[in-house]
Amino acid sequence: MRWFWIDRFTEFESGRRATGVKTVSLSEEHIHDFLPATATMPNSLIIEGMAQTAGLLAGEHYGFQESVILAKIGKVQFHARATPGDTLTYRAELTTIDESGARAEITSHIEDRLQAEMEVLFAHADIDREGAGGGLFDERDFAITLRCLGMYDVGRTADGERIKMPHHLAVAEGSVTEA
Amino acid sequence: MATSEEIFQKVQEALVEALAVDDDEVTPEATLVGDLGAESIDFLDIVFRLEKSFGISIQKGELFPEDILTNADYVVDGKINEAGLAILKERMPFADLSKFEENPEVQEFATGLTVQDMCNFVENKLNEAA
Repeated sequence: MRWFWIDRFTEFESGRRATGVKTVSLSEEHIHDFLPATATMPNSLIIEGMAQTAGLLAGEHYGFQESVILAKIGKVQFHARATPGDTLTYRAELTTIDESGARAEITSHIEDRLQAEMEVLFAHADIDREGAGGGLFDERDFAITLRCLGMYDVGRTADGERIKMPHHLAVAEGSVTEA
Repeated sequence: MATSEEIFQKVQEALVEALAVDDDEVTPEATLVGDLGAESIDFLDIVFRLEKSFGISIQKGELFPEDILTNADYVVDGKINEAGLAILKERMPFADLSKFEENPEVQEFATGLTVQDMCNFVENKLNEAA
């Protein structure tokens, strides 16, 4: 099982905000393991999806040169269950970001209805590393994941320019050769 | 320039939000770690909130000098030496380090930091910026 809790970015404004969607499906195994009598997406995985939306936004801001660690969930509140057939829209906004970390506010909606809201804190790990993964994950896999999520299809800077995959990830992906 | 009272209120608000404590727990003498339950990651959260609240920029290690507390030149057998204490006092004019000096164990450093120390830090920063 791969640990992806958003399916696609629908909006991505570098360094500021992003919108991602997660479609809840009856065929997902954890739906059946969680509450046997009633198909419900676990709130912990909604938290993870919201955090991934904001965390990738924070990571992209520094070209994925830093490891972004989910450090603290300050507040989280759920207003409704998420069930198969729902599409969760996660909207993340970075309220602060610098070299030491980032703070973000994220909401989850099912259509127009507010389903959950959260404040998180990320720390940028100051570790010796081999690429953005810090040796924790493969850069080629990460690059492919970002493509699948549509980050570089919808991603824009504040000026409206398309964002590009950082060179070191593009090399790992194989879309460019080492300079 | 903000008054001491205004500074205290904004610092109090930042700590209430970051540490999920009540207003009346955040007194000037309260220690962040001992009384208010702050953990290391909370300091990053507090720094971000203070920066936003006061429009100041706080560099890494400015409030909490990790570089001194982990430097082998200043730390011997888990305690800060004379040279380390001198540098700490220079870097942290806002903090009352007298209690820490009596027993300068690195692990105890954070436990002595009070709300008043935070207010003094902010006042220092605002004076520098003015």
